[in-house]
Amino acid sequence: MQFSKVSGQKRQHKVVLYALSTCAWCRMTKQFLEDNDVEFEYVYVDLCEEEDKQKIREHIQSKGGPLSYPTIFVDDNMLITGFRKDKLREALGL
Amino acid sequence: MTEITLEMVRQRAEADARTYGYYLNPDPKFLQSLLEGLKRNEERYGYPSCPCRLASGKFEVDRDIICPCDYRDPDVTEFGACYCALYVRKDVQEGKTELNPVPERRPLEKQAKAYGATTSETKIKAETVIPSTGTITETPKNKPKLWYCKQCGYVVFRDEPPYTCPICKAKREMFAEIETRIDFTG
Ligand code: SF4
Repeated sequence: MQFSKVSGQKRQHKVVLYALSTCAWCRMTKQFLEDNDVEFEYVYVDLCEEEDKQKIREHIQSKGGPLSYPTIFVDDNMLITGFRKDKLREALGL
Repeated sequence: MTEITLEMVRQRAEADARTYGYYLNPDPKFLQSLLEGLKRNEERYGYPSCPCRLASGKFEVDRDIICPCDYRDPDVTEFGACYCALYVRKDVQEGKTELNPVPERRPLEKQAKAYGATTSETKIKAETVIPSTGTITETPKNKPKLWYCKQCGYVVFRDEPPYTCPICKAKREMFAEIETRIDFTG
């Protein structure tokens, strides 16, 4: 799976964003992370191959998350669904 | 094929909002981004599927999430906005009510179909959420049927009745199946 990396000064956490290329909430989430100088990786699920889509689905569901976007994983143990500034701030110590 | 322009997408959304008494998202940048998403989907799939949901690219599977989706009316009523927040209620448009993320109303079983062949089909089915507004229990293999709105007579051919009647806004419970029987005798 091809993740795109966005560099930032805040690297304490491993942040992975699953997004849709067409989704406005996903775009806002991405912008929020960039504005806060958080380093993260993202992938547009709608542009993935079927095999990768399956893997993403399994990843999200294995953590009990709904199949909604954006989905953000923090250190692979915390899952945030939707653009939730409060939750992102808390999880990332912003 | 005619080219799809952003202006066309915008006008369609505006006209639809007017018809149903909704408003478009008041944030111009956010709105623009949603309209671009709709345009993109129409270009790649041939129909404007919901920009905030993963589509399968198969019309039959995505039919319920073609904008305006089946879930818009109950979501705007209950949460003040559709799932994407493209369509909002008046109080939200005026900034009187704050907008919170709208939970996904689409059944998980349907969502899962966008991820290709399902390996854990049974697991998915067990978790399928029956939306609070509907009384329809989904059978594993739904076949399209004819449904009619008992209030206004609107007829639709699909797996399940819509959440609300697109014509008269009657609730899903007002829909009844039309039993068809073709008689060759006589
Ligand atoms: S959630 Fe909103 S934008 Fe998405 S398909 Fe439904 S009505 Fe359209």
